[in-house]
Amino acid sequence: MTALSYNSLHHSSPQAADQIFVIVQHWIVGHAPVGLQPLLAILLSVVAIVGGFGLLFAITTILERKGLGRIQNRYGPNRVGFFGSLQPIADAIKSLTKEDIVPQTADKLVHLLAPILLVLAAFSVYAVLPVGRNMVLVNLDAGVLFFFAIGSVTEVAVFMAGWSSRNKYSLLGAMRAIAQMISYEVPLILSSLTVIMATGSLSTVSIVEKQAGYTGILPHWFIFTPWGFAGFVLFMIAATAESNRSPFDLPEGESEIIAGYYIEYSGFKFALFFLGEYLGMFAISGLAITLFLGGWNAPLPFLTWVPSYLWFFAKLLTLIVAFIWVRGTLPRLRMDQLMNFAWKFMLPMALLNLITAAVWHFMPAGPVRWLVSIVLVVVPYTVLGRNQMHKGHLEKRVYRFAE
Amino acid sequence: MLGEGIAKGLIETARNFLGSYVNKDRLTTVQYPEERLPQAEATRDFPFLVYDGEDWQAGLRCVGCQICEKECPPKCIFIEKSTDKKPDAVGKPQFYPAVFNIDISVCMSCQICVKVCPFDAIKMDTAFELSTYDRFGGLLWDKAKLAKPNQHYHEIHPTEAAEVDGRLADERAKADAKAKAAAEAKASAPPPATPPAAPPANSGVSSTS
Repeated sequence: MTALSYNSLHHSSPQAADQIFVIVQHWIVGHAPVGLQPLLAILLSVVAIVGGFGLLFAITTILERKGLGRIQNRYGPNRVGFFGSLQPIADAIKSLTKEDIVPQTADKLVHLLAPILLVLAAFSVYAVLPVGRNMVLVNLDAGVLFFFAIGSVTEVAVFMAGWSSRNKYSLLGAMRAIAQMISYEVPLILSSLTVIMATGSLSTVSIVEKQAGYTGILPHWFIFTPWGFAGFVLFMIAATAESNRSPFDLPEGESEIIAGYYIEYSGFKFALFFLGEYLGMFAISGLAITLFLGGWNAPLPFLTWVPSYLWFFAKLLTLIVAFIWVRGTLPRLRMDQLMNFAWKFMLPMALLNLITAAVWHFMPAGPVRWLVSIVLVVVPYTVLGRNQMHKGHLEKRVYRFAE
Repeated sequence: MLGEGIAKGLIETARNFLGSYVNKDRLTTVQYPEERLPQAEATRDFPFLVYDGEDWQAGLRCVGCQICEKECPPKCIFIEKSTDKKPDAVGKPQFYPAVFNIDISVCMSCQICVKVCPFDAIKMDTAFELSTYDRFGGLLWDKAKLAKPNQHYHEIHPTEAAEVDGRLADERAKADAKAKAAAEAKASAPPPATPPAAPPANSGVSSTS
């Protein structure tokens, strides 16, 4: 477990731009006494992660509100600063100065700990995300496993919030959240297993390295294989459910259970929940990038001079925009639809995708392999999809008691 | 096929997103403090007291009859009737409200006070930017704050105010005619008119005391 791997530091100009953060960190750490150097290196990385993704959170809130506004033919926030660009600062000041209300009958300790644990877990997973070349806090051998293990702590935090508030809506929201997160964790992990099968490694860094290189101008990203594409789509659907975003925002369900598990939170604790939720979304998008979209690799071979972390954040922003777009488009699912979708569509698709990945792995490269894999993806999709749609036909509701 | 509807929806929202930058007509939002939509004539929110003439204390139409206070469903009106009489706008001596308070934090804008008022003294206002830093005193409006001239009523509800003015003028004309007729009758036959008038007045006094 090394704090950072400095193995390939070249000081010529494109590399210098690429490695600028690594070099700066190295330079700062060099001034500290030898005994403190590893600690300082980790501390600096943590500060960079917290600052960088915190800033991204601020940017995303304004992007989301603006984007949703435009989708609904509104302006969105346009009062604070230039076209509302300073809105996140106003929001931060507001949430910091608001009264922190704790219900009288709440379990005060757990009520306090829940948002802290959520944010802590959300930040911890960034430790294994390679945001650029040589830019990963810890290159764990079991990085993906670490990610999913820490990521599921958020479920505990959510349930702590719901249970400790002693509010029926909180509890309903928390139970919905648990049911949803556990259901979707299965396809989430199964769809990412295909990548682990292909690379033979759980380390996020080596998964990214395996996707370096180009055939012609096409990069060797896993999304450009039939199983990788299917895996990516399944992963992103499950990720949407994991991060409680629309159309899977049943745990919050504003119109039914007001705000779900954070109904009893106000002021900064509410802001922490908000932060935790967005950080979770960024982290899982970051993992999707690492697993399927080639991590920090450039999409085209002649663009490799652009610094690697810029590619990572460009991909991340693209995924965030996709999340916002989907949120602005789809209505909330019903609980039974959510569960049916998870267990009757996502799970079989994810399992079949494992077989597709195995077939791809063992067949010799060539058009036949492509054909077989595409058939293995498209046919189950069509059959399962048709099955889903026919099951969902509306019938005239018969009222037995209220006539 | 599964996902077709989602794709259609995504295209629709993308069209909205891009269209809102190209076509200004799509953006129906009115940027409120700077831009305002004209208010409908029937707009109403909180009541005010109408006065005629220049001096609000003298011209207040309200005679403190307390009907609105009794009818008000949320009981937001508080009236203290005067013990003396003062001449009203026409010069006729009338009771007047010594205190007339409306708690607009309680008022539900139902307009029942307006409906029951026999003197057209209370009407609905259209001012809505009424926020205040003092949520108790600042929202309890007294007589001075409630009193607004008849011209204001004409500005906010022109048709209604014209109708009310017409009715009041008619009534006044009728009353004047009646008074004139009574005066003429009195003038033509002064001796028999006074004796029958005295006993009911006496009986009225004795019953109240």
